[in-house]
Amino acid sequence: MQTATEIKDRERELHYFQLRVGFAGFIVLVCFGLLFARFFQLQVVQHDTYAAKADENRISIVPIAPNRGLMLDRNGVVLARNYSAYTLEIFPDKVKDLERTIGELADVVEIQAKDRNRFKKLLQEMRNAESLPIRTRLTDEEVARFAANRYRFPGVEIKARLFRQYPFGDVASHVIGYIGRINQKDKENLEKLGVEANYRGTDFIGKAGLEASYQQELHGTTGFEQVEIDAGGRGIRTLARTGAQPGNNVTLTLDVKLQQVAEAAFGERRGALVALEPSTGAVLAFVSRPGFDPNLFVDGIDSQSWKELNESPDRPLNNRAIAGVYPPGSTFKPYLALAALELGKRRPQQAIFDPGHFDFGGRRFRDDKKGGHGSVDMYKSIVESCDTYYYMLSNDLGIDAIARFLAPFGFGARTGIDMDGEALGVLPSPEWKQKRFRRPEQQKWYAGETISIGIGQGYNSYTPIQLAQAVAAIAAGGSVYRPHLVSHVDNLRTGEQRSIEPQLVRRIPLKEENLEFIRRAMAGVNKEGTGARAFAGAQYTSGGKTGTAQVIAIKANEKYDEKKVHERHRDHSLFIAFAPLESPKIALAVLVENGGFGARAAAPIARTVLDYYLLGKLPEVPADAPPAKGTAPAAAEDEDDEEEEGD
Amino acid sequence: MALDGALFTPRRLAASLVEGVDAPLFMLALALSALGLATLYSASYELPARVTAQVANLGVALTAMWLVSRIPPQTLMRFALPAYLIGVALLVAVALYGDTVNNAKRWLHVGVTRFQPSEMMKLALPLVLAWYFHRREQGPRLRDFALATLLFIVPVALIAKQPDLGTAVLVAAVGFYVIFFAGLGWKVLVTMGVLGAASLFPLWGMLHEYQRNRIRTLIDPNQDPLGAGYHTIQSTIAVGSGGLTGKGWLHGTQTHLEFIPERHTDFIFAVFSEEFGLAGNMLLVTLYALLIARGLMIAANAPTVFARLLAASVTLMFFTYAFVNMGMVSGILPVVGVPLPFISYGGTALLTLFIGIGILMSVHRHRRLVQS
Repeated sequence: MQTATEIKDRERELHYFQLRVGFAGFIVLVCFGLLFARFFQLQVVQHDTYAAKADENRISIVPIAPNRGLMLDRNGVVLARNYSAYTLEIFPDKVKDLERTIGELADVVEIQAKDRNRFKKLLQEMRNAESLPIRTRLTDEEVARFAANRYRFPGVEIKARLFRQYPFGDVASHVIGYIGRINQKDKENLEKLGVEANYRGTDFIGKAGLEASYQQELHGTTGFEQVEIDAGGRGIRTLARTGAQPGNNVTLTLDVKLQQVAEAAFGERRGALVALEPSTGAVLAFVSRPGFDPNLFVDGIDSQSWKELNESPDRPLNNRAIAGVYPPGSTFKPYLALAALELGKRRPQQAIFDPGHFDFGGRRFRDDKKGGHGSVDMYKSIVESCDTYYYMLSNDLGIDAIARFLAPFGFGARTGIDMDGEALGVLPSPEWKQKRFRRPEQQKWYAGETISIGIGQGYNSYTPIQLAQAVAAIAAGGSVYRPHLVSHVDNLRTGEQRSIEPQLVRRIPLKEENLEFIRRAMAGVNKEGTGARAFAGAQYTSGGKTGTAQVIAIKANEKYDEKKVHERHRDHSLFIAFAPLESPKIALAVLVENGGFGARAAAPIARTVLDYYLLGKLPEVPADAPPAKGTAPAAAEDEDDEEEEGD
Repeated sequence: MALDGALFTPRRLAASLVEGVDAPLFMLALALSALGLATLYSASYELPARVTAQVANLGVALTAMWLVSRIPPQTLMRFALPAYLIGVALLVAVALYGDTVNNAKRWLHVGVTRFQPSEMMKLALPLVLAWYFHRREQGPRLRDFALATLLFIVPVALIAKQPDLGTAVLVAAVGFYVIFFAGLGWKVLVTMGVLGAASLFPLWGMLHEYQRNRIRTLIDPNQDPLGAGYHTIQSTIAVGSGGLTGKGWLHGTQTHLEFIPERHTDFIFAVFSEEFGLAGNMLLVTLYALLIARGLMIAANAPTVFARLLAASVTLMFFTYAFVNMGMVSGILPVVGVPLPFISYGGTALLTLFIGIGILMSVHRHRRLVQS
């Protein structure tokens, strides 16, 4: 039984409850409205942002490394090429026990000690590399054997990679250079150049020679593949692909056959040779001996080979042609003679008397020839290489005039050849000395120091390429060209060819009659002077000048005796030349380290190169192979390139 | 009850089977479950067996719903106190003997299987509170509310201690709903709100570090993009990249490339939202709104205090599930372990939800029986 109040109460209570239900419904609507607003914000207003983020999440850009451009000689002979080979690579992050894994791998494929050493070295150098090769150039059989055992080696994979190969081995090794793995320093350089994006996916970079200086041309453009990946980074499928564009082919000015002839002419001797085309500056031959096999560097040089190359007293990695500095010896004389003519300090016919020495400031500067050359005019001074004439001459010219006159030939300045690592050399002058030394007494230029400058000694030191550039300037009538090793660069895809144009650095204003006289005197060297023996029977006209550069100081009044001196302390042998006389096609400088007399070691090499270049054949009588034992001294007795300096 | 007729003709049998089933509720719950299965199929492409398992779960849940819908509220009321006491006892047992999974004691072994007693508290608490207020039909006094608060604070504290923040929040919310519908004065409610807000500060000190991190990363998920913020960042990307109409069923990249963690359970809404976009979200929210509307309507028409409090609070439990889950996936609420009702994979949650639906049906079915 319910009373009326009870019913009323219940109705009021119900009504009250329904109000609250209504309120709850309102809250529900507000909350769902809030959700809707959020969905609208995310899915409509910010949709583009989130769609992009979702794509960023799922799309990974995988670089495709471009094929490196080839290097060819001037006739199209391939000097550097690529070939595809399989490598066995370890992902160090995914392998727990590297030693054990490598040990087990050795059961499947051959792994030598040098492979292990190289891997260890790479591991230290490339801390952030994803994978590193433990073996390169697997045979097909090894690939198959590993594939069958793959399950045993998580974190080890076979990859097909392109390798660089240098088919001529150590021929022109200092020209071509080599490539190696990109290290931290290379990475920083690439970042500085702002091209690091184009190197994603590239493991190798030019480290030396033209491989380094033409790196940007050879590298090409990296392609990209858009790969869909899952949250674990595994690739699911390829969405889009932009192919890589191969690097440009680089064609050199060198003729590899001439190069081989030139290098063979050195035999086992150390030294350098640079041959230029006087009218363009094109490098025709570029030798630095000993060379090295650039193939050793391609997959990361093993420590054993590296040690051998690096610690050899012959310093095969040193590019002597541009980075070695040597006194020019008597090859300096024609330039001083030219200075004398141009500055009016000497007339050609004007003769001096050479008693065999020149006394200055209480010191005696000796001529090599005992008793002297007698009456010597300018022609004879070059042909016979009379030191006394140049002692006097340089004293008359003075150091300032010498330095001013010689600088335009490129002495003591980088030639700007298209290769890195050029040394500066020293064209001595009071200003240079002021800068070079610290102590005031060292900074002062002494008049006596000018005397030995005249015969290419003293502070004189130049790179072989500077000597070649200077002699090319004489051959080209005073035109100085920037030497260059590359003739043209080809883009295979577009067929576009870019030639490296000859670059005239300066034209030295010289009187033609003076130049003519110097060239005639240098022709005399090869006809009747110190170079006559080496150029006997040559079927073309040529000019030359021998030089012998002293490596150690000889005490006053002490005669230099080759046999008594340690091989490494023997004089350097030099020769500069150009040919043919009338319209020179080639000019060169040859240096043979510790080769002794210029006429004996360097001149025959020059003869060989000139013969091959001009006639296409080797000299009929090999003028001088490695220093003949016992037979040469009689002829060499006449040679008088060396000098002695009182101290 | 249903078998009172002597004639077992197929038609009568069928009629008696569907008699207690409220068509709108049933259709809405079924529609949501169907969307859930479709989404689960996409989220579990690597494990299709999950879909089969969920279908089985759904069968069990529907059966439970059907059974519960046939039990009159008066009978349910009799289960209220025992269910609550057993629930609390089990929670204490969990605290003492529970299995520790992921640093949380939530599970209790029963024979070969194990279950979460906190799950049953989601229904036991509204039952007991509704029963409690039903007995004070003449208008509850403030003292009653204090006692009721005590009734729900005990299990909530036990659950929060496990710790299981998501369930604790849900259980607390449901308990609060009963007290709210029982007619606690607005003044008291506001005071409680203020006190509750004030108690957040000492509460912060009681939270586990991972719970604090969840709240921190809610404010700025990018603080820890690979750790605590990862879930929210990736699910927000999924929702946002879905756009107006979505990427299409089975074409969600965030889903299929495994960027969404827990994509078949708590974060399944990210999958749904990525593949069906704003249009899908509107459909889903509308279905929830209709379900809640139907539930509130049933509550509003319920004859007894017990029935209406129970129906209203269970209905708002659905709302809380849906709102908290969608809010956390879309990055406006902290990440707490709350499933999306009828959509997320998981048998226990589904069972709870469908028993809730069964309760609503029972209330609706027996609305006149008591009145007469």
